Amino acid sequence: MNDAPLMSVRGLTVDFPLGRGGLFGKPQMLRAVRGVDFDLAPGRTLGLVGESGSGKTTTAMAAIRLAPASGGQVMFDGADLMALTPGQMRQHRRHLQVIFQDPYSSLNPRDRVGAIVREPLDLMDVGDPAGRAVRVEELFTLVGLRRDQMALFPHQFSGGQRQRISIARALATNPRLIVCDEPVSALDVAIQAQILNLLRRLQGEFGLSYLFISHDLGVVQFICDDIAVMYLGEIVEMADRPTLFSRPRHPYTAVLLEAAPSLARRKSQGYRRQGIVKGDPPSPLNLPPGCAFASRCPQAQDRCRAEKPALRDTGAGKVACHFPL
Amino acid sequence: MAAPDPIVPQTGSKQPGAAPPPATPGRSNEASSPMREAWGQFLKNRPAVFGLALLAVIVGLVLYGHFIFDADPYDIVWMPLTPPGEEEGIWLGTDFLGRDMFTGLMKGGAPTLAVGLSAALITVVIGITMGSLAGFFGGWLDDLLMRLTEFFQVLPALLFAMVLVTLFSPSLWTIAFAIGIVSWPQTARLTRAEFLRIRELEYVTAARSIGAGNGRIIWRVILPNALPPLIVSATLTIGVAILFEAGLSFLGLGDPNTMSWGLMIGQNRNYLLDAWWPVTLPGLAIFLTVFAVSLVGDGLNDAFNPKLRSR
Repeated sequence: MNDAPLMSVRGLTVDFPLGRGGLFGKPQMLRAVRGVDFDLAPGRTLGLVGESGSGKTTTAMAAIRLAPASGGQVMFDGADLMALTPGQMRQHRRHLQVIFQDPYSSLNPRDRVGAIVREPLDLMDVGDPAGRAVRVEELFTLVGLRRDQMALFPHQFSGGQRQRISIARALATNPRLIVCDEPVSALDVAIQAQILNLLRRLQGEFGLSYLFISHDLGVVQFICDDIAVMYLGEIVEMADRPTLFSRPRHPYTAVLLEAAPSLARRKSQGYRRQGIVKGDPPSPLNLPPGCAFASRCPQAQDRCRAEKPALRDTGAGKVACHFPL
Repeated sequence: MAAPDPIVPQTGSKQPGAAPPPATPGRSNEASSPMREAWGQFLKNRPAVFGLALLAVIVGLVLYGHFIFDADPYDIVWMPLTPPGEEEGIWLGTDFLGRDMFTGLMKGGAPTLAVGLSAALITVVIGITMGSLAGFFGGWLDDLLMRLTEFFQVLPALLFAMVLVTLFSPSLWTIAFAIGIVSWPQTARLTRAEFLRIRELEYVTAARSIGAGNGRIIWRVILPNALPPLIVSATLTIGVAILFEAGLSFLGLGDPNTMSWGLMIGQNRNYLLDAWWPVTLPGLAIFLTVFAVSLVGDGLNDAFNPKLRSR
């Protein structure tokens, strides 16, 4: 990460209103993302990893203002996205695109797929109408679809093909950053590989940056250059891929890596898991004063329960733990 | 500690991402919109097709019947209350003033259908506007519009319509407007429910992510996807509105200057004990029309409902 970052997120916070207790009660807020900082370098892929409810999707969506954030700063292209008016934000959208998780609900079922891919060009007023038609054909070829499929409707495609359409739509305006929100988790494993290879090839061709959300460590290891591990709305560890996978510093990261199923580490081969995490994360409405992971951490000590660890530099990465491994 | 194995297999030697996916069997290459598929489904539904055919016959007779049998429905042609078939040329008898029933039925259909259609149109326009604004924006606007909707919903519909028609002149338009005013809340709630459901779907977020504004999202993205249940509801509203108009006419609140089926029933009801035909025949016409509309509405409902697709 030597280059100036393409996107730089500081202190991003997201609150969800929970409704009020009674008519005159105080509105309750759930803090889903609690002060997240990260940098995304041009041409690289940053993975956001964590279990369900850790706030990884919310973080990414809030960073590009598709979900309302309650605090923080997102520097992109010399501007703080959080401070832009809706009209200015719309102009920035051509550089910030999204590939969604569910290929069955991310394409409008009433539009032909050619129109779906063309829509960003029309909305952003890119080129002239004839040029747009050419561009759509180009995009179809680029993602491995045939031109004669442009007149079809989304329900006439398989999941993998729909994800290709989604990718074509995201690429239409030549964005610099694409948020990939678990783009392969709804697909068959064989199709996952195709889509991941496609994403990697496009990254090389166009110098794209990806903010890649996933809970699948295999996928993350395949595609991500840097990885941020999230737990209960905070980043607990951040490092580049080789470092994180070979030497996790945070106990939660270690547990996460251990928990991934592996053929090499079978019970029948005498393998025993070291740390086993029991129970669920604490409720985000009622967080403990210390480290949020302390109640499940195999290494937890008294200090962990009393004092909240800050995200510190370890040389190879960053970790938020009093007693890093 | 060993790193987990990469679960992603490196399938394919040559750039798997570049290879076009093989054509999936069973998927034709012909574009087929969800609407066209629903139409295909509708055509498989025999009662619905029957309803559509019946409706076509009724509409055809009502709109073009006068090219064949042109006569003034207000002309007194024979003795009052002549039973059907008694006189040559007066097949369906006469009413209490001696006017020809057959001509009345032919001429009275158009206003009846017009009231039904325009009332349904008013219902749909008000209902969709209210429901889509409430469902899309939520918050205080939703609260405000839904309280307004509930206010209209708890009004006794027939009574309120009677008041409106009495206050203003009992013309066809007042009647259609009154029916529209009392029936939009249902459409509004249905629209709101659909908007609440669809606005959470990823294609709405996707539209926002490519820079679509609220207006475009409401009209171009959410509304087309919310239409199927609204079309069904609008179709059924036509039937309800026709019955409503008949009810108002029966109570003496119809437009006395326009021959309609409801008016025929209303004017002849005092003679029901002496003559059945002046009331029964227009009643039968209304029944057949509403029946046909309902069959079509039901058919549309089944056609749009993907859970019934496999039948």
